[in-house]
Amino acid sequence: MSIVTQNFSRNKYFNWAVKNLFSSWVNTIMTIIAVIFVYEIGSFFLNWSIFSADFKTNFEGEIITDRTLCSKNIVPGEYGACWAIIYARWDQFMYGLYPVEETWRVNLTYALLPFAIIGILFDKLPFRKLFIYFTFIFPFIAYFLLYGGPGLSTVGTNKWGGLLVTLFLGVTGIGLAFPLSILLALGRRSKMPIIKSLCVVFIEFIRGVPLITLLFTANVMLPLFLPDGVNPDNLLRALVAVTLFQSAYMAEAIRGGLQAIPKGHIEAAEALGLTYWQTTRKIILPQALKIAIPPIVNTCIGLFKDTSLVLIIGLFDLLGIGRAALADMTWTKLYYEVYVFISLVFFIFCFGMSRYSLYLEKKLKTDNS
Amino acid sequence: MEQVIQLEKVNKWFDDFHVLKDIDLTVTKGQKIVVCGPSGSGKSTMIRCINRLEAHQKGHIIVHGTELTNDLKNIDLIRKNVGMVFQQFNLFPHLSVLDNISLAPIWVKKMPKKEAEEIAMSYLEKVKIPEQAKKFPGQLSGGQQQRVAIARSLAMNPDIMLFDEPTSALDPEMIKEVLDVMIQLAEEGMTMLVVTHEMGFAKTVADQMIFMDDGRIVEQAKPDDFFNNPQSDRTKLFLSQILNH
Ligand SMILES: Nc1ncnc2c1ncn2[C@@H]1O[C@H](COP(=O)(O)OP(=O)(O)OP(=O)(O)O)[C@@H](O)[C@H]1O
Ligand SMILES: [Mg+2]
Repeated sequence: MSIVTQNFSRNKYFNWAVKNLFSSWVNTIMTIIAVIFVYEIGSFFLNWSIFSADFKTNFEGEIITDRTLCSKNIVPGEYGACWAIIYARWDQFMYGLYPVEETWRVNLTYALLPFAIIGILFDKLPFRKLFIYFTFIFPFIAYFLLYGGPGLSTVGTNKWGGLLVTLFLGVTGIGLAFPLSILLALGRRSKMPIIKSLCVVFIEFIRGVPLITLLFTANVMLPLFLPDGVNPDNLLRALVAVTLFQSAYMAEAIRGGLQAIPKGHIEAAEALGLTYWQTTRKIILPQALKIAIPPIVNTCIGLFKDTSLVLIIGLFDLLGIGRAALADMTWTKLYYEVYVFISLVFFIFCFGMSRYSLYLEKKLKTDNS
Repeated sequence: MEQVIQLEKVNKWFDDFHVLKDIDLTVTKGQKIVVCGPSGSGKSTMIRCINRLEAHQKGHIIVHGTELTNDLKNIDLIRKNVGMVFQQFNLFPHLSVLDNISLAPIWVKKMPKKEAEEIAMSYLEKVKIPEQAKKFPGQLSGGQQQRVAIARSLAMNPDIMLFDEPTSALDPEMIKEVLDVMIQLAEEGMTMLVVTHEMGFAKTVADQMIFMDDGRIVEQAKPDDFFNNPQSDRTKLFLSQILNH
């Protein structure tokens, strides 16, 4: 019995391969070229990054404390990556210049973050209400933990760096942009001409300007708009720019969802006597946001990567820390290691978001049928 | 007879398109009026003006002594007393049947959830589908959806019901179940203004027939006279088309 099924499934794969990979001469040649290509690149990369790479020690078993001890710098041409730079700089990649004895606070925040997000992501989660409550308390907990307060020493944001800055800008930017973008999207569809034009101008202006420009602008101009003596630090300025930027894009994604709601639903709600805000909250947004989540997630992926631009206004996000590590004479020239590592970290987060978006699209399809 | 709806010389334009032309209409309490007329004649627009889904530009619309103006308070007041059923049902697809019906009592009347749900159940029984309470609109047949929509309107306890072609989106076998609910409602004394081409229903239920064409009320008569002795040529033509259909 099992042999039969095995045969059958083997046949199935075999048939699939014949049909899709070897259906014609051209197809067969393309398949072979592709296989060779993938094999070459893949084996080179695996070899470079794992099999002939240094981790903490070099080929002689010495602990690597600077770049001259990397195997590839001792025996040129034979060895691959030297990951010791990542080990040596690990704390900076994760926390920036956050005081070492306080990094548990960052770790605790990282550990709590999933619990703050999970309630938003999965609507069938058990105890979802509790998780959502936590989502709303989390910013205060995170502020207290990261910045300090009664019982915890203050750690200025100029000490923050690496993944901490990247995640802070990404998560806070998205979190703040979300409510703002809902208002913008609603405003853009408002019947009140002034509100409508304000929203249109805001959205189109932000979308028409590169994030770098906004970052520079926020950095230079924000203090001008604020009363004397109020001098927000660099991170806060970047956060303002990132939030505004993200809210414009998210607003457009949400507007797409709003447009998909049949006018009849709104009229039915009005005819029942519901007010504009009741209709918006109970009828329009629940439907519109559900439709808009996949495009919203796409904008989030974009933003998350774009946070790396803050290094040009002097913040040390993941990329900034990487460049600082490369500027250090002890480790200089290990470009590949640093950039591959940074790419990997960004990839993990963005790939996660992308998978989530795919999962949602599938779920939406099954929900609607 | 107590007048519950009065339309006096009502005019409406969509941009420069004149949809409603000097509409005069009086509805008294408990009256059932059936409105018919060719497509585009302004039937929907007229009844949508009565609960201000559309705004008229000239003339007066008075419901229960309250005149419809831009005053939101009046609009809210009138909407609380006027229920509306649409051709496309317009149920809220993300809410269960029970939530569809209890939503407005909870949010507009500030009723406790439990009480609102009890009321919702009682109206579901009235439209004869209490067993569907936990389902979502997408899981119901068209006829069932329209009955939920009627229950949803009734749950606000309106004293006037507007129907805009409630059966024209339904498959023939489902029309009767909806009309039966409407006939029952009529027998209970509800004031009803119904746009429909179901002439059988009109003959059973209507006190008054109205024929509209090109934005005007062309003919208004008791059903007997309307069907047997129509005055205007346009009515005759329309009736011959619809009855031979
Ligand atoms: N929002 C609108 N903007 C512009 N024109 C409109 C609008 N709504 C309706 N009209 C036009 O007004 C006229 C009357 O429309 P209405 O929907 O009242 O007709 P109706 O008698 O209900 O027709 P039907 O039997 O097809 O439902 C039509 O010519 C229609 O195209
Ligand atoms: Mg109509």
